[in-house]
Amino acid sequence: MKILVLMKQTFDTETKISLDANGKIDEAGVNFVVNPYCEFAVEEALRIKERLGAGEVTVLSVGPERAETSIRQCLAMGADKGVLVNTGGLEGGDEFTTAQIVAKAIEKVEYDIILAGFQAVDDGSAQVAPRVAELLGIPQVTVITKLELEDGKAIATREIDDGVEIIEVALPAIFTAQQGLAEPRYPSMKGIMQAKKKPMERYSLADLGLDAGLVGTDGAKVKIVELSLPTPRKGGKIVEGEPAEAAQKVVQLLRSEAKVI
Amino acid sequence: MNFELTEEQAMLRNMVKEFADEVIAPRAGEIDRTGEFPVDIVKKLAELDLLGLPFPEKYGGAGGDTVSYAIAVEEISRACASTGITYAAHISLGCSPFYLFGTEEQKQKYLVPLAKGEYMGAFGLTEPNAGSDAGGTQTHAVQDGDEWVINGSKIFITNAGYAGTVVITAVTDKSKGTCGITNFIIPRGTPGFTVGKEFDKMGLRGSNTVPLYFDNVRVPKENILGTPGQGFKQFLEVLDGGRISIGAMSLGIAQACLDASLQYARERKQFGQSISKFQAIQFKLADMAMHIELARLMIWKAAWLKDNKKNFSKEAAYAKLFASEIAAKAATEAVQIHGGYGYMKEYPVERFYRDVKLCEIGEGTSEVQRIVIARLLGC
Repeated sequence: MKILVLMKQTFDTETKISLDANGKIDEAGVNFVVNPYCEFAVEEALRIKERLGAGEVTVLSVGPERAETSIRQCLAMGADKGVLVNTGGLEGGDEFTTAQIVAKAIEKVEYDIILAGFQAVDDGSAQVAPRVAELLGIPQVTVITKLELEDGKAIATREIDDGVEIIEVALPAIFTAQQGLAEPRYPSMKGIMQAKKKPMERYSLADLGLDAGLVGTDGAKVKIVELSLPTPRKGGKIVEGEPAEAAQKVVQLLRSEAKVI
Repeated sequence: MNFELTEEQAMLRNMVKEFADEVIAPRAGEIDRTGEFPVDIVKKLAELDLLGLPFPEKYGGAGGDTVSYAIAVEEISRACASTGITYAAHISLGCSPFYLFGTEEQKQKYLVPLAKGEYMGAFGLTEPNAGSDAGGTQTHAVQDGDEWVINGSKIFITNAGYAGTVVITAVTDKSKGTCGITNFIIPRGTPGFTVGKEFDKMGLRGSNTVPLYFDNVRVPKENILGTPGQGFKQFLEVLDGGRISIGAMSLGIAQACLDASLQYARERKQFGQSISKFQAIQFKLADMAMHIELARLMIWKAAWLKDNKKNFSKEAAYAKLFASEIAAKAATEAVQIHGGYGYMKEYPVERFYRDVKLCEIGEGTSEVQRIVIARLLGC
């Protein structure tokens, strides 16, 4: 079974985001990691391969050169092969254009099943994988927490409000991972040492026959007008005094000052 | 000159850091309290191929370098120094003698299972009357046909209670002094070889420290490690490598002291503001951070020299001595910054304070390090 994982490199979730002079996110000193939801997808892919005792796991990422370190991280976990579409310098893309790049790159890859994170922790749009499914004309099951494979089909459990939905779908199909699908492993030291030796295919947009303009600012359906940081939280207030007295005062403040009750 | 870690080293650092934070750190307090050897964590370290990290794959290792090894020791020790010394002693003292001096057959037979983490390794050097003066070894071996008969005892041996084999020094020719010491491989279960009761230690309470007794222990001559009479030279070389790891262990504890102190100083309010705003506290934190960075540079340099097959004895001694002393100072200051809370077991700095002391004693005391350095200067 050939398993393809779509992976996005994102900021480390512990990173403190700041904006530069141009109002863009400042990448200096930022630690980049495999998007945690994509990590669940990689882990599930490795487990499928291990269960079947055969197969190949390919990890595909679209991004600047630095995305390679995150592909290597997946290779260290046990994936077999990496594909990097280097979009270095590309500006103004959105989910629509990214999905086009991914779909085009997938033409270079063999697959029986595609896994991805259900969303990236940076922009959280949860759109790219479903859009890719549309472009490829294959079924999609999103936000899954369980995946079972049978002959030519899959049974996936997905989260819905107040419950779960169990969906049977013909392969090939795209599945997007929710937390709970598979707890990612730590890469082993041997895995780390082998990661560099594993094959990595690299494509530029031109290699894929894409016009950088049409998958950048000009092609995007959505433009970011402005980025701003959330207003910092104001410090709390400590109400002193005897518990009963203090509680009364708190209620009063919630009413008069915070106006929440 | 390049101060950048390689891609593998950076990846390893991330991996061990995450593993240490998520799996080891939550257990550190309990390991210290109960004094129980963390068998399950050691098993996980084996699964991550860390127990044979710096040895080639053909000997069951992961083919990593000494810099990576130092990073792993630091990160593990930052979370739990008991686990840190268990790990460091396994590699530097348990595995290294086989890698450095073992015959091909000995490497296959003993290093492979050690590097795979099937059991722990240990090195028996210290005796009741031979500490810093390792030349004063009294355990002796007498040849009897194709066998050697060993009698004597060892103390303070790390990991030996969980070791599948131990390597020990024994006098084989008293007339030759330090050239009459030979290292012997003693598999667990050899008749006459017993592991005594665990020592009750001040710190590192989750590490296994035991005495060993040898009562007419018979081993075949194949159990001589490498060349007879080379025991003294061999253990000096083993200790050189071990110093890098004790330096890295010290560094991990020092980093833990800084992390805990910085967090506490920012949260603790006195006189209406965080104590981190007071210069008295700031100076302590600044010194800690500076010392840590300098110690790390020295440890990585010593490791780099070793990886590049250059002399590293002096640098390893610098690294061990400096790192252990700044770590001890960091622990003292960490407790001081925490004030009364620092003296309570509720906060981890009390554990760091007890754990760190060993770093100034084990694998050559600070005084011995200074002697080593002075001799290498030509004194």
